[in-house]
Amino acid sequence: MSADEQEQDETDRAPIPSAHQQPVTVTTGKHVSRRRFLGAAASGVGLAAVGSVSGALISRSARSQAAPARKATGSAVTGSSATHQWAMVIDLRNCNGCKLCTTACQRYHYLHQDQTWIHVFTMQSASGEPYFMPRPCMMCEDPPCVPVCPVSANFRTDEGLVLVTQQRCVGTRICMNACPYQARYFNWSAPVPAPRQPFPQEPAWPVPQVEGTVGKCVSCAAMLPSGRIPECASYCPMGVIYMGDLESDVAVNGIGNSVTLSKFLTENTAVRFKTTFGTHPRVWYITGHGQTLDMDKEVA
Amino acid sequence: MSSHVESLGSAQRAWDPRILEPVEELTDAEEPPPAIEMIRSAAMRPVLFRPKWFWPAVGVLSALLALGFAAWVVQLRTGLGSAGYSDQAFWAIYEANLVTFIGVSYGGAVVSAILRITKTTWRAPLTRIAEATALVTLPIGMLFIIPHLGSSWKLWELIWPPYWNLSSPILWDFFAVSTYLLATCVFFYLPLVADLAIGAERLAQGASSPGRKLLYRAYRLLAGRYDGSLSQRRLLAGAIGLVAIMVIPMAVSVHSVLSFAFASSSRPGYLETIFPVYFVVAALYSGVALVVVVVAAARRLFHLEAFIERRHLVRLGFIMVALGAAYLYLTFTEYLVDSYSNTTGNAAWVYQTILGRYWMPFWFYFVAGGVVPILVFMFRRTRTATGVVTAATLVLAAMWVKRLVIVIPPATEPLVRSPFGPTGALGLGWGTYHFTWVSISITVAMAAAIPLLLLIVFRLVPILPVAEMEELAAAAERAAAPTAAAAAVPVARLHAGNGAPVGAADHAGNGAPVGAADHAEVPRGDGDA
Repeated sequence: MSADEQEQDETDRAPIPSAHQQPVTVTTGKHVSRRRFLGAAASGVGLAAVGSVSGALISRSARSQAAPARKATGSAVTGSSATHQWAMVIDLRNCNGCKLCTTACQRYHYLHQDQTWIHVFTMQSASGEPYFMPRPCMMCEDPPCVPVCPVSANFRTDEGLVLVTQQRCVGTRICMNACPYQARYFNWSAPVPAPRQPFPQEPAWPVPQVEGTVGKCVSCAAMLPSGRIPECASYCPMGVIYMGDLESDVAVNGIGNSVTLSKFLTENTAVRFKTTFGTHPRVWYITGHGQTLDMDKEVA
Repeated sequence: MSSHVESLGSAQRAWDPRILEPVEELTDAEEPPPAIEMIRSAAMRPVLFRPKWFWPAVGVLSALLALGFAAWVVQLRTGLGSAGYSDQAFWAIYEANLVTFIGVSYGGAVVSAILRITKTTWRAPLTRIAEATALVTLPIGMLFIIPHLGSSWKLWELIWPPYWNLSSPILWDFFAVSTYLLATCVFFYLPLVADLAIGAERLAQGASSPGRKLLYRAYRLLAGRYDGSLSQRRLLAGAIGLVAIMVIPMAVSVHSVLSFAFASSSRPGYLETIFPVYFVVAALYSGVALVVVVVAAARRLFHLEAFIERRHLVRLGFIMVALGAAYLYLTFTEYLVDSYSNTTGNAAWVYQTILGRYWMPFWFYFVAGGVVPILVFMFRRTRTATGVVTAATLVLAAMWVKRLVIVIPPATEPLVRSPFGPTGALGLGWGTYHFTWVSISITVAMAAAIPLLLLIVFRLVPILPVAEMEELAAAAERAAAPTAAAAAVPVARLHAGNGAPVGAADHAGNGAPVGAADHAEVPRGDGDA
């Protein structure tokens, strides 16, 4: 920049006050030039945007760093005052793909055939042989379905369950878009008729389903306080599905096995599904049948 | 025109800056009817004279609308599944329609706002048509939220503040679109004020019927106290300029936010940072295409050939093709970059879209919405009015199909794949969206609502922006003959309320007889409003 240009630039930036002209200042509020006002407004908007984005990122990264530390100690899982932190372990070594978990769930919650809240996927191992992978709701610690709902119908309880208020849900299905596990099922037609229930329809007891709303696995939330494990776990003849509590560090399956949760996960190198999405699922898988490990999971 | 001139003293007119035309022109009996008179009669012709085809057209379009309503009732009774949706095709035709129909309202913003700000004079005869198109298509696009929602009877919850979740892109959609709707209404109304004042005079002349009286009252009410004085015109011009500037960022925000609803997820094909720009350019592109079609139809149906010429269509077409090229470029960028990502989800989505199960709609867009419009404009022989309108029609169809290609493939993609085995081993197959008569009928009905509402709007308000065209004609006249016309601002002054008429041009209110020359060029229709 030449000296002339620099001088020109300086004059442009700071007009020299003359006897006839008031100095342009922002503080008086009366003589704010349009350029300055627009500049200030733009920087304000920019700051707000940067602040919100970085706030979201910081909270997320803090969560991902904190999560393994919590597991290592095995107690005080979330810092919330809840007495339980529900978790599920699925031992793929024993799953024979009978799908009794799916039918038990559908019978219990009065669901249509295609509403597979726990879906048994037929997968292929590296050696090409098939294996089976039941997928309930992952009950994410950072669930992507919750922030996108326009009417706040999705929420996460203190005990770590992600539930839907079907009376509130309007059926935008943006949560189905957000869920990376395809664990959400819409009621495209009238639900299966259910007999009169002992409890009113509520997020923890979504029976019967509500037409035009989203439903999903609730880990049989209404049964958990009374000490019963979910239907899928209790009907599994192979003892694949364990329901556990991270706070008391215990997990139980349907054939009467009780394990120390943290020890069980560590000894069997349990993994979680699609942890690269930052969801921090509360469902752990114990692999077997010769599956190889890849980047898409995280060693607990 | 010549008859009422005689009723005024020439001396008075010579110095009055608000009179209609310079004295020299008015006294010349050889002159054809002045341009202003032509504009006024042409603008009010659709309001005053009902075309023969009006009721049959309204009948056919209403029948389509009724079919769509019946389909919607069926959908309400049987659930959203009757529209072809399933858990593996959870977003499909209604979302594509929402994006398409809100998108085509952008033509108004381009033609009216951008060309106004850039002081492009040839836009003048097109602005009312473009703004009316925006005004009509935006609410229709918004209405698609109703069949889209699984529980549309709970629509009120979306606008119920205690339930608001401010982190949801759908809520931002609601804010952005409703603000934009308000701006579109204001942007339609402000330039209309002066025209309503002029139109009220026309309505007061000629035959009176209850309908016309009602319309006259509405015109007077909506025109307020506008009398065409210099200060009012300045104020109005300032307001229109301000809204024109405001409407552009609003339009950009609407489609950006609409794209966030898709992009704020981890789904391959939706999680794209290009989406906001991609959606905005697509909306501008299809919006200009719709304006081309509507302008061409209005030109033919309402006999506006004297004002809207071939060059108007071709110039609009050039804007359309420029936007189309930009959109083609964005499409290319999106698929090219994603095809390199080599993650299972993205690679599968790109493959299925371009070469797999969705190849047909994708390549239909590429040919009809990407290549053909450019080819049409490349050669002088095809760059005719017919060529432009054909290209624009193709673009409208192709851009609807393109929205389906944007919405459906990612929604049907399986996300749960074998995490351990070979990448080809899928846990779940691709979903399929099936078009049903319900979803097609609702779509057709909404599409039919656009011409239906446009016909009604054009039978209610002046189809040409009279005041704006007069200003521009006057400016052109001043530029052509600076000495003769400089003294007179040839914009009619209108009296407000019951005041004494200033000039013969506005003796409308009291029903004074008008010279035969006034109506000479107005074709007598077969009825009135």
